[in-house]
Amino acid sequence: MTVAERSIEPLHRRLGLTDDELDAIRERLGGRDPNDLELAMFSVMWSEHCSYKSSKPLLRTLPTAGEGVVAGPGENAGVISIGDGLAVAFKIESHNHPSAVEPYQGAATGVGGILRDIFTMGARPIAVLDALRFGDPTDPRTRHLVDGVVRGVGGYGNCVGVPTVGGELVFDPSYTGNPLVNVMAIGLLEERRLTLAAAPGPGNLVVLFGSTTGRDGIGGASVLASATFTHDDPSKRPSVQVGDPFAEKLLIEASLELIEGGLVEGLQDLGAGGITCATSETADRAGTGIAVDLDAIPRREPDMEPFEVMISESQERMCAAVRPERWHEVREVCARWGLPVAIIGRVTDDGDLTVTSNGRELARVPARALTSDAIVHERIGNAPPHRRAAPAPGVSIDPSDRLPERGMDPGAVLLALLGSANLASRRPVFEQYDSTVGADTIVGPGRGAAVLRVKGTTRALVATTDGNQAVGALDPYLGAALSVAEATRNVSITGARPLGVTNCLNYGDPSRPEAFWQLQEGVRGLADACRALGVPVTGGNVSLYNESPAGAIAPTAEIGVVGLLDDVAMLVGPAFAEEGDAILLIGEVTPGLSGSAYAALAGAAVEDGPPGLDLALEAALQSGIREAIARGLVASAQDVSGGGLAVALAESAMWSGLGATTRLAVANSPAVELFGESPSRIVVTCRPRFAPALTLVARQHGLSAEALGTVGGNRLVIELTGAGATGAAEERGSRVADALEVPVADLRHAWDHGLPRALGWED
Amino acid sequence: MPVRIGVVVFPGSNCDRDTIHALALAGAEPVALWHEQASLDGVAAVVLPGGFAYGDYLRAGVIARFSPVMRAVAGFAGDGGLVLGICNGFQVLAEAGLVPGALLRNRELRFLGREVAIAPERLDTPFTHAVATHGPLRMPIAHGEGCYFADPATLDALERDGRVLFRYVDPDGAPAAEDDRAANPNGSLRAIAGVLNDAGNVAGLMPHPERAAEAILGSEDGAAIIRSLVESAARAANPVPAAVGTR
Repeated sequence: MTVAERSIEPLHRRLGLTDDELDAIRERLGGRDPNDLELAMFSVMWSEHCSYKSSKPLLRTLPTAGEGVVAGPGENAGVISIGDGLAVAFKIESHNHPSAVEPYQGAATGVGGILRDIFTMGARPIAVLDALRFGDPTDPRTRHLVDGVVRGVGGYGNCVGVPTVGGELVFDPSYTGNPLVNVMAIGLLEERRLTLAAAPGPGNLVVLFGSTTGRDGIGGASVLASATFTHDDPSKRPSVQVGDPFAEKLLIEASLELIEGGLVEGLQDLGAGGITCATSETADRAGTGIAVDLDAIPRREPDMEPFEVMISESQERMCAAVRPERWHEVREVCARWGLPVAIIGRVTDDGDLTVTSNGRELARVPARALTSDAIVHERIGNAPPHRRAAPAPGVSIDPSDRLPERGMDPGAVLLALLGSANLASRRPVFEQYDSTVGADTIVGPGRGAAVLRVKGTTRALVATTDGNQAVGALDPYLGAALSVAEATRNVSITGARPLGVTNCLNYGDPSRPEAFWQLQEGVRGLADACRALGVPVTGGNVSLYNESPAGAIAPTAEIGVVGLLDDVAMLVGPAFAEEGDAILLIGEVTPGLSGSAYAALAGAAVEDGPPGLDLALEAALQSGIREAIARGLVASAQDVSGGGLAVALAESAMWSGLGATTRLAVANSPAVELFGESPSRIVVTCRPRFAPALTLVARQHGLSAEALGTVGGNRLVIELTGAGATGAAEERGSRVADALEVPVADLRHAWDHGLPRALGWED
Repeated sequence: MPVRIGVVVFPGSNCDRDTIHALALAGAEPVALWHEQASLDGVAAVVLPGGFAYGDYLRAGVIARFSPVMRAVAGFAGDGGLVLGICNGFQVLAEAGLVPGALLRNRELRFLGREVAIAPERLDTPFTHAVATHGPLRMPIAHGEGCYFADPATLDALERDGRVLFRYVDPDGAPAAEDDRAANPNGSLRAIAGVLNDAGNVAGLMPHPERAAEAILGSEDGAAIIRSLVESAARAANPVPAAVGTR
């Protein structure tokens, strides 16, 4: 579009609203046209990011009720009771497009935004987990993004003093040009301090505190987050907010002090949509209205237009409803923390958000028209016509033959997997984060789920994020369900009970039927898995329009889970515990290599489909392992996921420094047995005398338990027996049965150096 | 009665709560000292905790040294009061000239959060007397500016006077080489992790003993450092024998 064409485009379209949406706005304004300020306010509030206008009907299908749920979807964060009058608040949110434009600030403000969602509820933030997804690690553009995002996450989280305890770093070509930066935060609160984002009580003051309001982040929600992305367009840079973690730290302390002192009636952070969003949402929730005095809003630059003030996404600001007699105390608390504070309006009883300046009314809009009564789109979803990649000429289409497993050297494959960008140690990244501030971190990043003790109790919180875009690309329903299964499994294998799920749904343009179908399928998989596993969804975020000129991202349902361990002394980890322990595999392998790290390494488009997921079996597996741990039978428990059983054993070995000698019966495919990623499997070790009891617990839950071998030595040995194994060996001209035998030190070397090599940080 | 130990809270301090927790576990009564207060409320010792005081804008510790509480801390230190600076607290002490040297950006110019091993050079100071051996102590570092720097004459004097309190050590317990990225990750000169002032009553160290003071956190090695301070402060508060001085 040329500049001339652009200028004759009507304002509502330039702001990202359709003609139908303009009609719907008129309807909500009693038939009149909105003025320019009102239109700007609608444009941010009716953006996909703020309104969930495409996803709302789907999200209603998620199970949200569960034991101990104190606050669920619709609040700033989910809150679940953990006993002793304490509760945990948690939520995950995306900051994808800002991070693509300006990786450092995009990621930093992503951390800042999700932390505000937590302390707005009255919870002290105690942990951050960041799930990051990028394109090819050898691409200079990817390297630039990784470096900036990692520095941004660290720069903000380290300064604000909240430990980064976990997350993910995944490379997949579909994220080229559209990285995913999903950040989860967890907070702890006394239940009686739970504070809701509402503005009750007509006559109460509306108080804004924290940073002043500037021109940064104008239209972040509508321009950046809610439109398809056309590569890194410098014109969008002003839409990215700029973070100040020092201001955020002050904001945390001041907000918690205000809540502790009972000085606020309701509290809301300012994120997407700025003052417009914070005031309309809090008014709508309380069934009140708010009259904003535009001139009272402290600004950081002169000559700002009213619409800029109302929709600015300047960071590190909070909005509170305050009883007039409390104002002096509120002002004192803010002054002590050096934070600007101002009365910017009053709670009214007319249900409207009004904006006045110099006594002149500039805007009057029903608060609910901007929020709960925003437009909802019934989108159309269509599955793509089933496409199979045509086999290359001369290549057999026998699925098990498509991969180089006949004649492969399994030890070499294992080392290649451990050194691959997606499975290698994440340490070079997570050691740029402070993972121990707060003095609660029992297990930090890099060893499965993170574990944080709860001071003054015997309890611990266990948290993880997981997403499976590789299977999601093949089957979006299965990808989402597998992500829930893996995340909850990672919590259950520590002995903890998963309390709830938060999700970040990253998909493409919902006006494309195929992308919307992916979202529908993802939500269906999420809902089915959460129901089967008995965990409520307590909140989350939807990020659509994740597309770039290179195409749409693989559908990515990022799942965050928080679990509770009642007695931290019972905590079980994934590393082997003791020489001589018995190794058992709970759960059985099922065929299918599609979507696996092995398939990606082999570079072949596999035709056998991803392995299926039996949700009832998964639920039995998780309750079985929790029972075995509670009975004190388990020495270590490790989930079989990326890279399959061989990688699971290798990790337990590397993390303990202990080797293992195991035998694996191979039915027909060594690749499936060693590297297949079929779900619902756990490698468990125990003292040899507990093996019968452990096997019995497994059987009682309808699970198989296969003795694999023994912990010990300094090498990982996996001897392959059975028909499949001999076949593979014969192909190689070997007369002995196949065996994988690698020194633990070699595993460690491959694993340690994989990521820095992939990213060019070392040779 | 438990000894009262002050923990300074600057805007941007983020290890104040952890330090207060660790001091309480060691039997002290921790007292938060707000950065704007000009008196130390009669505490027997002061800890400057980690964090990003005033955001660490310009340079770590550079703004904090001008706060009212730091004038009081300087006076307290000048009178022989015990002061321990941890991480950002060490940076503030160095900026204020209360301990020698400076903390520069880590050699690889990245923030580093990981476990290190440090060894005490002396076990007869107010900050280390409860430490059992010269053997390695495991605890986390978490900083972007932790590379200890001083001119060669100062370094020589520190070594000569026994004012190197802690050094980063390799897995064998030997002082780490300056370029040993694994053992001395920030590249500190002569692998110095902590120093004393010339009177021996002010100490700074980069690693975080307060995060390694309970078995559940993976290491209790830091507890002996915290306990040393608490016991020394108790003796200073009820002076029977003379406090430990420099040798």
